[in-house]
Amino acid sequence: MIEFHLNGRSGLSPYQQLVQQVRHALRLGLLDIGDRLPTVKEVSQQLAINPNTVLKAYRELEYDGLIAARPGVGTFVTRTLADASLASHGPLRKDLQRWLTKARLAGLDEESIEALFITTFRGNAGEDVA
Amino acid sequence: MSPVLRARALGKKYTQRWALQNCNLNVPAGRVVGLVGPNGAGKSTLLNLATGMLTPTAGTIEVCGGRPAADVTQLTRVGFVAQDAPVYTGLRVRDHLDLGRHLNPAWNDEIAQERIKRIGLDPKQRAGKLSGGQRAQLALTLGIAKQPELLILDEPVAALDPLARREFMQSLMESVAEQEMSVILSSHLVSDVERTCDYLIVLVDSRVQVAGDMEELLAQHYRLVGPRRDTSTVPADQQIISESHTDKQTTLLIRTESAVLDPSWTVTQLGLEDVVLAYMQGSKSTREERPQLEVLR
Repeated sequence: MIEFHLNGRSGLSPYQQLVQQVRHALRLGLLDIGDRLPTVKEVSQQLAINPNTVLKAYRELEYDGLIAARPGVGTFVTRTLADASLASHGPLRKDLQRWLTKARLAGLDEESIEALFITTFRGNAGEDVA
Repeated sequence: MSPVLRARALGKKYTQRWALQNCNLNVPAGRVVGLVGPNGAGKSTLLNLATGMLTPTAGTIEVCGGRPAADVTQLTRVGFVAQDAPVYTGLRVRDHLDLGRHLNPAWNDEIAQERIKRIGLDPKQRAGKLSGGQRAQLALTLGIAKQPELLILDEPVAALDPLARREFMQSLMESVAEQEMSVILSSHLVSDVERTCDYLIVLVDSRVQVAGDMEELLAQHYRLVGPRRDTSTVPADQQIISESHTDKQTTLLIRTESAVLDPSWTVTQLGLEDVVLAYMQGSKSTREERPQLEVLR
């Protein structure tokens, strides 16, 4: 089971945030096939949000084939977004940590690290497309 | 399904002043409606007309398909928690529930008892000894256990601290999820309205400025920033809500159903707070006679 949170400054509407949090949990393997999601009533009570907002988020996830509602039982995960690549997350994270240490030793601050990462990431993504 | 609230040319005049004028509304059932606007805009007047505590000076109002407070059936359809959550200070919590049970044909005692227990109210406690948050929760419990088709709440959380406010809204949303109930609540707290409501009514200066589905409304409002220009050049399908100008720049807040194509504008989407404020300011500037825009060469 996961717990939802709402961020007032994210720029995303509450329903988009709920969808994103489920997708995120599926990608990271926090949610797996067969796991139950909190009920609409539970979510609207916990976050003090309109039940229709929760329904809308669940409908979209259902439409994407990620979850399925079983009437009277609950809503369950039917597909996960964590693929075989999940296993390689650990080693990749270690590489990234080593790289971050190197960047800090070279005198880069947080902002420069982020900028360097994003420009490299974008440049690289562009190459793949071309 | 008949609309939960329908008003046609509705107006209310107190001796000299119109508190509400030419109000036309058609609110579908099953919604949580947020009624927002500055103090003295006419929010409480509209809510009191909907409950039947006030009678209209002009026009008509229908609630759940009938005239407010017309008969016993009509009274059972609508629950009302007035401003500051009034309770009988000399009566115990339990007495309030007894009263509710005897006065409301559709009273659900199970819901009432369960809620009182969950909130942690002592049935033997006198209501006058309760905290503001507990008093509001007691009033809400009475409104919910009555099992109305429509629950009307006038500034339910205005006097509460942030924790009590959140707990109140949690209880309310839980009940909305549980029962098929429409809700109309007035509030100054736009952040609460944004989370809890899916229908919006903005009331400024005794007039309804805008009403409609929350998500649709948010998707139709934009802020346009660009070089200074005369607003008469803006396309007809872009309704200007508020505008401001410097010697070089023009900022508009508009409502439109089509896309903004003019490349000279920087277009941004708006949050609820900006939309509500724009209607408040827009109404003020039309009243105060805007200075004429001079043509720049």
